[in-house]
Amino acid sequence: MEVQSSPIVDQPLELLAETVVAEPPAEIHPDVALVERAKAGDTAAFEQLVRQYDRQIFRTAQHITQNREDAEDITQDVFFKAFQKLNQFQGNSKFSTWLVRIAVNESLMRLRKRKTSKTVSMDQDVETAEGSIPRDFAEWRPNPEQNYSQSELAEILRKTIAGLPPGFRTVFTLRDIENLSTEETAEALGLSVPAVKSRLLRARLQLRERLSRYFRQNKEASK
Amino acid sequence: MNCTEFLAKLTDYFDGQIDPALLAEVKQHLGTCHHCEVVVDTTRKTIDVYRGAETYELPEELSNRLRAAVMERCRISGKLPDIAVKTTK
Repeated sequence: MEVQSSPIVDQPLELLAETVVAEPPAEIHPDVALVERAKAGDTAAFEQLVRQYDRQIFRTAQHITQNREDAEDITQDVFFKAFQKLNQFQGNSKFSTWLVRIAVNESLMRLRKRKTSKTVSMDQDVETAEGSIPRDFAEWRPNPEQNYSQSELAEILRKTIAGLPPGFRTVFTLRDIENLSTEETAEALGLSVPAVKSRLLRARLQLRERLSRYFRQNKEASK
Repeated sequence: MNCTEFLAKLTDYFDGQIDPALLAEVKQHLGTCHHCEVVVDTTRKTIDVYRGAETYELPEELSNRLRAAVMERCRISGKLPDIAVKTTK
């Protein structure tokens, strides 16, 4: 199913204000205090927030766009836009989730521009069944970490995740790499919880299948 | 429970969001189906290996440069006090 646009891609920044109404937290998160100080013009407080989350935002952007220069630009844009819209952050969700939501939005827009098409969205390729039905039942022994150096393994992982459709790659990145909860991932992507679960299952199975194939090929090649 | 039904519950199983009765069925299936056992084991390893690896590092120098650029844009936008921006710890 080809979808012409995505709600999150088309979402103007003004709509990135929190939509989840939650009970006030019992204790104020340190980020909320930093945001309040930043709102009052405290440069150091905002800089501290940038320092705390630049790696997460950079990683998320690079996972989604698969492009380092884009990830650098997006990281800058995310923090600048967050700064501009700081008044919209009320502390009802985590500040990091709010930032990730902006990062996903910016990253998908970049992907769409790069492909000069309107078809890059969270809904793209979700109908694909490729890799969602397990076919490879080889065990991974020894574990990949024991078989490869850190840099070799990182390269394998980058190549493998790059092959996933953007919608699956994004859900896997937020849920399994950045460790957001299912609910936070749904909030960040503007998806329902069942939709996140469905994409996550497919993403995990497709990655498993691709890695399995890769590790088996390399194991056989080394015989 | 067959393999298709098992796969449909895999996300909830990994996330520990499965009710006890269903969990018993899942465990029973895993005890009798080697293929599903391998799928669970290798999917878990897939998640673990991604979580543990630094696939995209942000070097300190680049982090400093990006942060300086962000703070400069904020300063130019006129909302922050016009003061020198520190770029290192």
